[in-house]
Amino acid sequence: MIGVLSYAVFFASIVLILAVLALGLNLQWGYTGLFNAGVAGFYAVGGYAYAITTAAPKPDMIGHLGWHWSFGILAAMAASALAAWIVGLATIRLRDDYLAITTFGIATTIQLVTLNWESLTGGPNGLAAVPRPMAEAFASPLGFNLFYLALLAAIVLIVYVALERIVRSPWGRVLKAIREDETAAIALGKSAVRFRLEAFVIGSVLMGLAGALYVGFIGFVSPFDFLPIVTFQVWAMVIVGGSGNNRGALLGALIVWGIWSLSGIAVAKSLPPHLAAQGGAMQVILIGLLLVLSLLWRPRGLIGEEPMVSHHAAESA
Amino acid sequence: MLAQSIADGILTGATIALGAIGISLGLQILRFANFAHSELITWGAYLALVFVWFAGAGVSIGPFSFGWQLIAALVLSAALTGVLALLVDVLIFRRLRARGAHSLSFVFASFGAALIMRHVVVLIWGHGTHYYSHELQMAVEVLPGVRMLPDQVFVLGLAIAVVLALHLFLTRSRTGMAMRAMAESPALARVCGIEIERVIRWTWILSGALAALAGVFLGLQPQLHPEMGFSVLLALFAAAILGGVGSLIGAVVGGLLVGLAENLSLLVVGAGYKTAMPFLLLLLVLFFRPQGIFGQKR
Repeated sequence: MIGVLSYAVFFASIVLILAVLALGLNLQWGYTGLFNAGVAGFYAVGGYAYAITTAAPKPDMIGHLGWHWSFGILAAMAASALAAWIVGLATIRLRDDYLAITTFGIATTIQLVTLNWESLTGGPNGLAAVPRPMAEAFASPLGFNLFYLALLAAIVLIVYVALERIVRSPWGRVLKAIREDETAAIALGKSAVRFRLEAFVIGSVLMGLAGALYVGFIGFVSPFDFLPIVTFQVWAMVIVGGSGNNRGALLGALIVWGIWSLSGIAVAKSLPPHLAAQGGAMQVILIGLLLVLSLLWRPRGLIGEEPMVSHHAAESA
Repeated sequence: MLAQSIADGILTGATIALGAIGISLGLQILRFANFAHSELITWGAYLALVFVWFAGAGVSIGPFSFGWQLIAALVLSAALTGVLALLVDVLIFRRLRARGAHSLSFVFASFGAALIMRHVVVLIWGHGTHYYSHELQMAVEVLPGVRMLPDQVFVLGLAIAVVLALHLFLTRSRTGMAMRAMAESPALARVCGIEIERVIRWTWILSGALAALAGVFLGLQPQLHPEMGFSVLLALFAAAILGGVGSLIGAVVGGLLVGLAENLSLLVVGAGYKTAMPFLLLLLVLFFRPQGIFGQKR
């Protein structure tokens, strides 16, 4: 019984962390039409920034500042903001698929840095013993996990409400205007580049936050937590759930992670160990199919975008 | 040391150029960044491998590590990969075109297609590495201080021949001219009576065939693995954009520059960062000359 409960808590926590990623991508893709192919990269920046700033000091390592975990989370968000700002500045004014290529490139580069800059990132071994928020206050792992689940739920709620407010604000409506018809939006005096860059940075900050929350949860960071497959999973979440709808992103996170975990269990139970690699490949193919088939058959996703007007217009109607 | 690095750079560059031509055609004629192109490279390499398995290793020709079987496999795999590219188009991209989907939906779909294609390779051929031939080769000194494997000389020679043939095709044949017209302006091309879908079909076949060549070349230096295409994808995009999208010469020059940058960087930074070099080059280009070296400003 305890086994089932702790698995459920673990599963729910991962879903909530992925939900933050999906909400970030939804702001970029769903509302602004920005193609971020480097979700895993910004996620990694957040995760590593948290680990490097909070880990206890060590003589031969850069960083390891021993900061309080809450500052670690802020540092993670700042680091991913900086990364997104640099990439966005270079590419956001260009052809929209160039952003896909450069974000893909930044994710690859970040992965190389995490693997190779050993004095900062610990290389392939990663960094162990990263402080977990308030972990010392709990006697049992389950107690900590329950606390962390509540913390994650609160953060997801705050992020969700904040995003719902800003996408319905004048700022959010400009994003949609730019996505739908850039020329018209510019003709109305809106700087498409500035709004896009802002949306890109805010979305990436959420991805960095998710990275910090993930590393804070497991207390360990390694390059293999941020493989490119994460990017595809998060896309599948946004596309399946319904891009341009924050509830869609949340639902997508639950469904896609559910499918991924179930297929993983099915593979582990049904295939002999020497076919494990093939089983893993089938899981990834499933994600690919999910992406392609929803694009072909249900481009709106499960809950698609809703027409959105100003709060004030709704009140006066 | 330096001369050897330059020679290695040109070799890498020749293979990258063949892949980058397909990417460039995709960006200009199909009008989207096709992230599944790398998987056509992988598939091309593995399809050739299947043929080499069936035909047997054969007797090596002269100094090369392979026999006539590999050359036959090259041709066969180019044809099959062209068909595979067409199949992907029919199954996915043509449907999106018919619906008038947003251009970024194509990019999304290409990522999905890439995931599927790459992992089907894992399903069929496994995670491990494969070789076309287990013959050992001795490097020969082609210039003072520059050593190359005979296979590498073959790759370089064939790449040059293919680019020349492609240049003739694009400038002399009706289909080639239609492709260039379409690259300039799809609307004008349609008005001129060019059958858009036919041009698109040819673009897929051509980029598939070129990808297969690049794949076999990558497999010769020295091995095949499921990530072989994916690992050069960034270099392909960098080469295509650096040279100027839609320009054949541009893709070739871009490929060579990227190959040189990768190999010369080894003299300065460690091998761990080699694959980041194309990306740095790409960022510089996008900052200073987004249309690329041979591209026209729009």
